[in-house]
Amino acid sequence: MRTNLVSCLALSAAATAAIGAVSRPATNPGTITGHVTFTGTPPKMRPIDMAKEPSCAKQHSTPIMTESVVTGPGNALGNVVVYISAGDQSAGAPTQAVRYDQKGCEYIPHVAVLQVGQPLEIYNDDQTSHNIHPLAKVNSEWNKSQPPGAPPIKATYDKPEFIAVKCNVHPWMHGNFAVLTTPHHALTGQDGTFALEGLSPGKYTVTAWHERFGTQTQEVTVEGGKPATADFVMKATPY
Amino acid sequence: MGKLFAVIVALITVISSAIFLSRAWWMPADISVLGVGIDRQMSETMIAAGVLFVVSQLVLALFVWRYGDRGDGRPIKLFPGGAAPMVVIATLLVGAEIVVLSLVGTKVWAGIFLSPPDPKALRVDVQAEQFAFYFRYPGRDGKFGTLHPELIDDGNNNFFGLDPANDTTARDDIVSASLVLPVNQPILLTLHAKDVGHAFYVPELRIQQDFVPGLVIPIHFTATKVVKKEIVCTQLCGLGHYNMRAYMEVMPENQFERWMEDQAAQQ
Repeated sequence: MRTNLVSCLALSAAATAAIGAVSRPATNPGTITGHVTFTGTPPKMRPIDMAKEPSCAKQHSTPIMTESVVTGPGNALGNVVVYISAGDQSAGAPTQAVRYDQKGCEYIPHVAVLQVGQPLEIYNDDQTSHNIHPLAKVNSEWNKSQPPGAPPIKATYDKPEFIAVKCNVHPWMHGNFAVLTTPHHALTGQDGTFALEGLSPGKYTVTAWHERFGTQTQEVTVEGGKPATADFVMKATPY
Repeated sequence: MGKLFAVIVALITVISSAIFLSRAWWMPADISVLGVGIDRQMSETMIAAGVLFVVSQLVLALFVWRYGDRGDGRPIKLFPGGAAPMVVIATLLVGAEIVVLSLVGTKVWAGIFLSPPDPKALRVDVQAEQFAFYFRYPGRDGKFGTLHPELIDDGNNNFFGLDPANDTTARDDIVSASLVLPVNQPILLTLHAKDVGHAFYVPELRIQQDFVPGLVIPIHFTATKVVKKEIVCTQLCGLGHYNMRAYMEVMPENQFERWMEDQAAQQ
């Protein structure tokens, strides 16, 4: 009994460390891994001219590119949010804040993934004022100015939603908040891979969301201790 | 006390005139073909208004010095016929001057802003929005894509609302955050505003024109020098107004063509 309790706690701690916070200790948890790719021709990303904001322009030795479509070798697709959209019994939001930076007149990361109720802290690391404006439709919409050196803006969202983020001062700045109910989520990098860890055995709906190419879902069954896979292929259009 | 006031009035007149005459804070050098007319009109206005200013201030100082109440019980001298005729005469004089300046000035302004642009002018579309300017060139096909304001998507660099998916003429449109122009070529700008009123102001071009949402406003000019100058918004348009600017780069013809080719290759 004691051994079981200890191992259960250890697993829980491991899962928490890996993915944020899991309220229900997983018994013999499994992982869903996968790869997101695209078919078709993705739009060309273009260099961003921020000459009007010299303090930002000088932070980039070469102009940064728009980030709405980030691709990698082998048609890998980055900036895809992959998450459990059904079947996850986890509850409660982590108390650790998600950090969102405005640096060099760019949002870093391009997509911030957070949970409903999880604190979000928005920093202005630039020598110019920003006015962050998340274009929420389900949650309440706001925009806030943040001069250089101002303390971080703290916010939480009550409902799940994918929210486009813009800056009311610098039109080229663009990002996203992915507000989810599940702690089981991942954001693909340029290699398009993801791993959803700490899942109890059971049936899950896995959803992949991309800001330009929409959403796709798959039903995946996780069996105790066995890895499961879910690959997604998004249809890219040039415009 | 009255004499001190007279001296102060005279000093203000002399010092402010000296600042004007020395051109300590003057306009930047003109770099446009049409700026000559504006500058001439400006000088005429300054001379007319300046002479009137100096004369009226010095007369005021003289009268205060000469006829001010010295507090010794002597009666104050009045203007012959009282104040009314003097006010009427002054109003007529100043009014006539303002009417003449307006008529002459309007003629100069209309000759620039209401005259048709050169038919061979290079057309550049301008979009003003909180808080930046964007400039659109027609690209290799020489045709501008149709604008669809509902498709404007700043985050994806679609500042004008182009529809490249369905409109082939829009696909090669070049959109730049800087206004790049060839020197000594007539330019036609067509001004659009996405959200609120803005203004296009380049002091060196002697052009200041408001953007009005819903209107397409043409302005034309020819830049005569290779320069890089700021374009600033001069209509209070929101919290980032102070930071709403872009750069105008006037370059030699061959350099401009190279820039165009580089931009076209990126589309």
